[in-house]
Amino acid sequence: MLQQAAITESKAKAKMVTGADLLLEALEKEKVEVIFGYPGGAVLPIYDKLYDSKILHVLPRHEQGGIHAAEGYARISGKPGVVIATSGPGATNIVTGLTDAMMDSLPLIVFTGQVPTNVIGSDAFQEADVLGITTPITKYNYQVRNIEDIPRIVKEAFYIASSGRPGPVLIDIPKDIAASVSKPPEEQEIKLPGYQPTVQPNYLQIKKLSEAVSRANKPVILAGAGVLLSKASNELKEYAEQQQLPVIHTLLGLGGFPADHKLFVGMAGMHGCYASNMGLSECDLLINIGARFDDRLTGNLQFFAPHATVAHIDIDPAEIGKNVQTAIPVVADAKEALKQLVKQNGKPPVHGEWLEQIHKWQEEYPYYYGESAALKPQKVMEMLYEKTTGDAIVVTDVGQHQMWAAQYYQFNQANRWVTSGGLGTMGFGLPASIGAQLADPDRCVVAVLGDGGFQMSTQELTVIKELNLPVKIAIFNNLSLGMVRQWQEIFYDKRYSHSKIPIQPSFVKLAEAYGIKGYEINTAEEAEVILEEVLSNREPVLLDIRIDPHENVYPMIAPGKGLHEMVGVKP
Amino acid sequence: MKKIISMTVMNRPGVLNRITNLFSKRNYNIESISVGLTEQEGVSRITCVIHVESDREAEQITKQLNKQIDILKVTDISDQAIVARELALIKVLSTPQTRNELYALIEPFRAAVIDISKDSLVIQITGESEKIEAFIELIKPYGIKELARTGTTAFPRGTQKPVNTQKTYSIV
Repeated sequence: MLQQAAITESKAKAKMVTGADLLLEALEKEKVEVIFGYPGGAVLPIYDKLYDSKILHVLPRHEQGGIHAAEGYARISGKPGVVIATSGPGATNIVTGLTDAMMDSLPLIVFTGQVPTNVIGSDAFQEADVLGITTPITKYNYQVRNIEDIPRIVKEAFYIASSGRPGPVLIDIPKDIAASVSKPPEEQEIKLPGYQPTVQPNYLQIKKLSEAVSRANKPVILAGAGVLLSKASNELKEYAEQQQLPVIHTLLGLGGFPADHKLFVGMAGMHGCYASNMGLSECDLLINIGARFDDRLTGNLQFFAPHATVAHIDIDPAEIGKNVQTAIPVVADAKEALKQLVKQNGKPPVHGEWLEQIHKWQEEYPYYYGESAALKPQKVMEMLYEKTTGDAIVVTDVGQHQMWAAQYYQFNQANRWVTSGGLGTMGFGLPASIGAQLADPDRCVVAVLGDGGFQMSTQELTVIKELNLPVKIAIFNNLSLGMVRQWQEIFYDKRYSHSKIPIQPSFVKLAEAYGIKGYEINTAEEAEVILEEVLSNREPVLLDIRIDPHENVYPMIAPGKGLHEMVGVKP
Repeated sequence: MKKIISMTVMNRPGVLNRITNLFSKRNYNIESISVGLTEQEGVSRITCVIHVESDREAEQITKQLNKQIDILKVTDISDQAIVARELALIKVLSTPQTRNELYALIEPFRAAVIDISKDSLVIQITGESEKIEAFIELIKPYGIKELARTGTTAFPRGTQKPVNTQKTYSIV
């Protein structure tokens, strides 16, 4: 009798699990391949379990680097990026990344440690009100209060982060909950009665849109990142070809429609091309697919698409009509809406003249740059495009180099472009390139950075070395915070207040200190030779490309001006 | 213009914070907010009175609220036939001389005196905001010591009258 009792007891004991066990089990269930995490006191129980886990753990050298890497991973893989940070400072260090992911609709699952339940609210060591801080910058957030809820919460988090309009979800786990022991809980169903994204479009709206297209004389499609997030590139191409609709991209949408296609117009917005901005200004039907009419795209709303009937396809109904009055709203997943539109097979519009007009604009006013003795960044970008045959993943930081990359690198396929658009986060590029490379290990990843942004996350070079990731780091070095400098030149009377940074470490030596090969490039000839060499091998490399420090990004629309008021269109 | 937004929400920790956070993030102005349980377990009703510039702004607010995962349903009930009530507690100075006068004011408003002390009364009044405002104006000259209002809570009437019904007048 006694023996039997002892056996059942030991059986029960063997079955006991900790919160951390449940957490890792849930992550394995979601087929998580990589975690970007930084340990600390409050997540020690989780890290103890990670010690035996098969999931790859990447240790950034700053939590902010970790979350940006997860963003890069999410953008390229289309799967949620997973992050772990400890309580207090660990959690506050990821605030920028969360906001960035929220703005650019990237799916992330972020775990933060929290002080034990009994001391929450007592200003304990490394305590921060993470739920309070992150409520406005996450799609949803949780604090785990019962160990049995962990599997359900993780399941819900993955569902919320990756469905509808994607976004970051944070789960705050008090240390005692991660460490506590329980019997394996019964499986709980997802309980989200308040969350039901509309995926299928309303048939009548599709019909209305299809008819509007047939009637239009000057139609354009404006395609945003929603096309990429819903993996609708093929459907977009099919629909644009069926109806012969010219396609304009937002910054984040690049790659959704092939840049070498004859219906591709270019990027629109503050530094967009002439044809795109004029196309938006003169069109009579504007079909927005998965873009949110950001102010950097629209310019002054008063002058935005003044003649157009606006149709807007978006999975987030709150984006429709937020900035621009919309005549034909379609709440749906872009892929589903485009499929339905193709199926309608409406009569294509009669708009030969309009297409000719757009081609004329493209031919007459392409992006241009002058020649000088100093190395032109645009030239280097063109070389990068040629030497990678346009097939590399380009990851950028924020600033002038970002705009040059968007203008001069032609994106012919989806998932080749990682950039921080909505939030414009400097320091994003280098860590994001780590995530992008992990998501697509065989592809060439070029991290296009500025000298300012690079110095905001230099420490992540270690990770590149540690994992031996063949990331090609191209620093477009103009010894200044170029975009700030450009605005000061144009709008602040050339008073370069704290935007010039001529005193710099030797980036080549810095790379060498991290065990990464470094080259300095000063001329186009050097660029030719060195790019050829480094792009053909599978080694990480850092290029300190000394570009013309006076070069500005053009064309440009000054703040408060309309899209038709570009400057610097022609030499 | 004034709008009354009624929503049902999951009764979870932090849900009110999510809503007020959203209002401040999007730069919306709340006049009053009231929260309470409903007939369904785990579901609360929140009624917000807000000030907006245009119908478009009101639409944006309901859309943004709808996006919140803990919010089950959002309705702008401003244009519907609704029952809306608010409760106010008013502590007003009263001497034996003014007490009768106050009672005379209280009666037509169907308010009630719920506490009396040597030099003050506490009046409880329920009704629509306008009625309460009118009452407060009336009582002000006597000296209001303290005032607490709950904010409007509301929902649509069981029977909705067709909107824009023409009033008919008899000419006889």
